[in-house]
Amino acid sequence: MPTTNSAASKWLFPLLLPFIIIILAAIIPRFLRPYTIISINNIFMYMALTVSWAIFSGPTGYISLASAAFFGIGIYVTAVLGDGLSFLTVIAFGGFASFLLALLTGLSSLRLRGMYFTIFTFGLSELIRHSVLWWEVNITRTVGRLVVSADNITVYYAMLTIVLLTLAMAYFVNNSKYGLALLAIGESEEAADHIGINVNGLKIVAFAISAFFMGAAGATMATRWTYIDPSIAFNSLFSFMPVLMAIFGGVRRIYGQIIGATVLTLLADMLITTFPYYYNLLYGIILVAVILFLPEGLTGIREKMTKWRKRALVE
Amino acid sequence: MRILEGKDVQKYFGGLAAAAGVDFHINQGEIVGLIGPNGAGKTTLFNLISGSIAPTSGIIMFKGKNILGLKPHQICKRGLARTFQLVKLFGSMTVSQNILLACLFGRSGGIHKSEAQRESSNLLEFVGLSGMDNVIAKEMTIAKQKRLEVARALATKPELLLLDELMAGLNPTEVAQATELILKIRKKGITIFMIEHVMKAIMGVSDRVIALHYGKKISEGTPKEITADRTVKEIYLGI
Repeated sequence: MPTTNSAASKWLFPLLLPFIIIILAAIIPRFLRPYTIISINNIFMYMALTVSWAIFSGPTGYISLASAAFFGIGIYVTAVLGDGLSFLTVIAFGGFASFLLALLTGLSSLRLRGMYFTIFTFGLSELIRHSVLWWEVNITRTVGRLVVSADNITVYYAMLTIVLLTLAMAYFVNNSKYGLALLAIGESEEAADHIGINVNGLKIVAFAISAFFMGAAGATMATRWTYIDPSIAFNSLFSFMPVLMAIFGGVRRIYGQIIGATVLTLLADMLITTFPYYYNLLYGIILVAVILFLPEGLTGIREKMTKWRKRALVE
Repeated sequence: MRILEGKDVQKYFGGLAAAAGVDFHINQGEIVGLIGPNGAGKTTLFNLISGSIAPTSGIIMFKGKNILGLKPHQICKRGLARTFQLVKLFGSMTVSQNILLACLFGRSGGIHKSEAQRESSNLLEFVGLSGMDNVIAKEMTIAKQKRLEVARALATKPELLLLDELMAGLNPTEVAQATELILKIRKKGITIFMIEHVMKAIMGVSDRVIALHYGKKISEGTPKEITADRTVKEIYLGI
């Protein structure tokens, strides 16, 4: 019966599938080896970074390279406060610290557009990294610090929660009038301003919201590394990977971002263990190939397939 | 009643005077045309009124309140909307999304999404684009894009509408349709201030015309008076 079929795929599927995945994700750690859990935690980390990055940068087209700054702030909040406070409080602190930093930098930087904004955010990450380093060298006189560690299962559940909250926020923003307004900003800021959208205000708030989740993710993941220093916490890889993963999967759709983060993390894991010498080479080739042939990312495959099918039908 | 009034409005780009002390006013319910050669400062004057650029000095009053220093989105919410010389749509969005955004953000009071949706289809019908709700904006002809931009401006519920060269690039049939649209908008009780180069059109619909040259007002009056004005003839009309 085609009618029930389409009804099922329209309603049941999108509602039921996430539900099943959440339940599975909640019980699965009992049955997995520690290594698998660590690698899932990695995937969660990049999911949180990629999806939160895309909340602001996806619709507006403002390519931010400040993710490392916000992620690193979260890590340092745990490193400094982790001793006295509960895990949950530290995570919240990490999120809010990044939120505030994004508000402050947003006020000064979001007048910049295109390339200038990207360079500014990259500079911001570097500036913060070097400031923290300077502080450690000159004030505390020890570079790097030990972090109170949490076990993998705790990190797993904390990261799962953060990923789910990030997804919920992304979904809410994308489907609200503010999501549409962010898209409008990406198309024409002047026109958006002239139809009553508070362009600067909206950009700053969206930027700060996306930073909140990065900070929270950083605060959680910090407990996994036991030792951190500025070059680990503010590694520029944390700025570049979310951009790459979002583009790889498909910036415009949340499931594209999820797929991008998952596939690239797994791919890196697999390549580094099977081809330790050619790892970067192979990784690069795959990235270039995907961007060349699928400019819309992996989510573009579906659209391409339907096009081919239509063409085949016509012929 | 004067809905818009500018006093000694000045804007200098370096040494260049785009507006060198312009005085002007628009009465409620009027259609006022703004003419002048290229580079006369017409669009600059619109940019100053809508808040896209800040003047060097002067006062601009809208409904009796100074709007100088306000941002475009604040001015829009007070009831002043505009279109652009080069159409500025949200190109990859659908026609209805373009209008919906203006309904949702452009008004001082809140509006429910379902109500906004209904109004957006009413507006599309008003400007003659009914049934095009789901068309991607940039895929339409330029004449239709201009209509959509007008509809989007109207969706913010303006009392004063600034039209920047609505007729540029349109063929004679489309010019006639655009003229008809302008008169229909006035019937709704919306005041119109328009920049135009198509003389036949602007002289036909305007109650009053202001002529600018090098950032200065050189003449003002009814279309008849303007076409008879010697300075305007020499500088602009070339007769």
